Amino acid sequence: MNLKKMIKSMLALILVASLAACSPSTSSTGTTEQGETDTPAAEGQETYKIGLHYELTGAVADYGVAENKGSKLAIKLANEAAGYEKYVGVEYDNKSDSSEAVTIATTLASEGVIGVVGPATSGASAATYQISNDSQVIVVSPSATQNNITLVDPNNADSDVYEYIFRVCFEDSYQGAAMAQYATDTLAASKAVIYGDSASDYSKGLIEAFDTQFTKLGGEIVATEYYTAGDTDFSAVLTNINSMEFDVLYIAGYYNEAGLIIKQAKEMGIDKVILGADGFDSESLIELAGAENLNDVYYTTAYTAVDASEKLQAFIDAYKVEYNEEPAMFAALAFDATNLLIQAVEEVGSADAAALQAAVKGINFNGVTGDFTFDDTHTPIKSVLVVKLVDGVQSSADSVSPQ
Amino acid sequence: MRKNQFTKTNLAWLLVIIGSYLLINVLISAGVINKIYQTVMLTIGINIILAISLNLIIGITGQFSLGHAGFMSIGAYSAGVIVKMMDGAPSSVYIGMLVGILISIVVALIVATPTLRLKGDYLAIATLGFGEIIRIVIQNMKITNGAAGLVLPKLIDWPVVFVFLVISTIVIVSFTYSAYGRACISVREDEIASETMGINTTKYKIMAFVVGAIFASIAGTLYATSFYVIKPEIFSFNKSIDILVIVVFGGMGSFTGSFVSALLISVLNTSLQSFADIRTIIYGALLVLIMIFRPQGLLGKYEFKFSKLFDKFAKKEVRQ
Repeated sequence: MNLKKMIKSMLALILVASLAACSPSTSSTGTTEQGETDTPAAEGQETYKIGLHYELTGAVADYGVAENKGSKLAIKLANEAAGYEKYVGVEYDNKSDSSEAVTIATTLASEGVIGVVGPATSGASAATYQISNDSQVIVVSPSATQNNITLVDPNNADSDVYEYIFRVCFEDSYQGAAMAQYATDTLAASKAVIYGDSASDYSKGLIEAFDTQFTKLGGEIVATEYYTAGDTDFSAVLTNINSMEFDVLYIAGYYNEAGLIIKQAKEMGIDKVILGADGFDSESLIELAGAENLNDVYYTTAYTAVDASEKLQAFIDAYKVEYNEEPAMFAALAFDATNLLIQAVEEVGSADAAALQAAVKGINFNGVTGDFTFDDTHTPIKSVLVVKLVDGVQSSADSVSPQ
Repeated sequence: MRKNQFTKTNLAWLLVIIGSYLLINVLISAGVINKIYQTVMLTIGINIILAISLNLIIGITGQFSLGHAGFMSIGAYSAGVIVKMMDGAPSSVYIGMLVGILISIVVALIVATPTLRLKGDYLAIATLGFGEIIRIVIQNMKITNGAAGLVLPKLIDWPVVFVFLVISTIVIVSFTYSAYGRACISVREDEIASETMGINTTKYKIMAFVVGAIFASIAGTLYATSFYVIKPEIFSFNKSIDILVIVVFGGMGSFTGSFVSALLISVLNTSLQSFADIRTIIYGALLVLIMIFRPQGLLGKYEFKFSKLFDKFAKKEVRQ
């Protein structure tokens, strides 16, 4: 090897080594930025660290980024109310990777946070629960909707609930059941076709619950069809569906596919009512499906700006001022999750883990996504909103509870 | 007659193994290695096992495989299912590991036997397809809980990973320096020439592939029992690429390189955790830099050996 080559390779090595070596020392300054406008805490004033553990990059970064914004807004507002930097957000990114989530949960626990908000998805959340629970760090999840995910063994509904794990969203199954309830009661549907994603736990949870509830209420599931995330041509299955006799088409999936399915279905002449879940809740749905195709479309959600309460409107306004964009459902859920932790701290007035846990468990929370208390599995008892779309615009919202 | 195993180099390696074990133990009890670093250590250990087993296939035997995550998922899910069945008994890890190894061997033979009889990159395509098939199968099976995956208790800690890391390294390195390994290297260098020398190239290619698959499966078991959640999406094509990056980064054909790069990449990943937005850019830029300045990887084909070191000392003494 000649000298030049050697020097080059040494330089590359040094670069790697120095990057690896110097980053931990600078990380502490990089994490807490949102308190700039507030006065730093003075002597004797309590400060509380809140972990913000989200998917900021990677496959599901959309949700993580939106939730991070919601959480940061909540912290900012609380600090403004307190008059100093009372709450400090400690941000981490798990790259949408559940093994990174494990490292971050350990890191957060050792940094002495009073609670953690996040991660956004059920898989990454489940990876952190045992660690956080063992180190008595409260976790309030904005959107881990998988059934029984707050239990030690999610496959066994009778297993113990993690003492320190909570969530502010409803379960997949609850949402699916609510849609079935609405379809039968309000839309007077008796025959349904289900179309869902075979590779997503979210979709499968919805399908199962919709199926069970719809059948229980006397309806009939004519067929259940599946697609795979990433598909763009649904015509084969839709042709098949078109030949069937049914009242409603339940699409259990996210907007990426749902938008295209709705567009292709309408173009094919399927003019039946289309039902969906909170995966529809995105501007992209309108872009993909076309506003003219989004009539007679209903979906369940935890959040809508239609008929906004005073509290919700205040949140929407504050969010617009801060980020110059409309808040998504995920931002609202994260805003609630963070505020729930803050409310518990205000009630207890200290960082005592056991006292905080008791406060969160017994909380009576009025949030922007509804008022609720927790049930035995630390899941909120709140009603589901069914939103109706007219030309792609949310026109009305009904609140539904499955019976 | 049996060869004396207690050579100077073997003793030196034994010292290194025991020494590093003790050092880690001391550092943990002294609080220098906290819980965070212990988790990072698990990742590093598992990544090293994955990298050296893939290095055996790619670097030593010269066969391009893109299905390593597939074998990892077999190990992970075998352990996951058995841990669930046995309600998290500690022994279930090892039973699961064994089952994973057996399934991996069978599957590896099925994938490799037809494709490795051919010359060229057929294995890459076949393993690519195999990895996806495994993932879809797992996604649709009831016992693996489909797309939601399995939530498992944490059953192993770093000493277990350390032991398996040592075992994997010893087995794979010994394989490489045995007659089988030399045959594999000859296949990499020139397949036609080695055939002319009377080497059954298919046999050695399959052998290396199966050994690689076994250790990937072991790494999968270790992952499943230390990271709480396994989902089919974890073992996607991207995971295979991640492992490939470690191997190429460290140098194809250098086990020392795999160690160094697995270590560097994990440390880099963890230390950049708080720079969410620029992390992937830095990571990508580094890879590009390395490939521009060191296309053969950090260490190329260099291997750290005590025997070389002793030789050097010996020569110096002679000179004096």
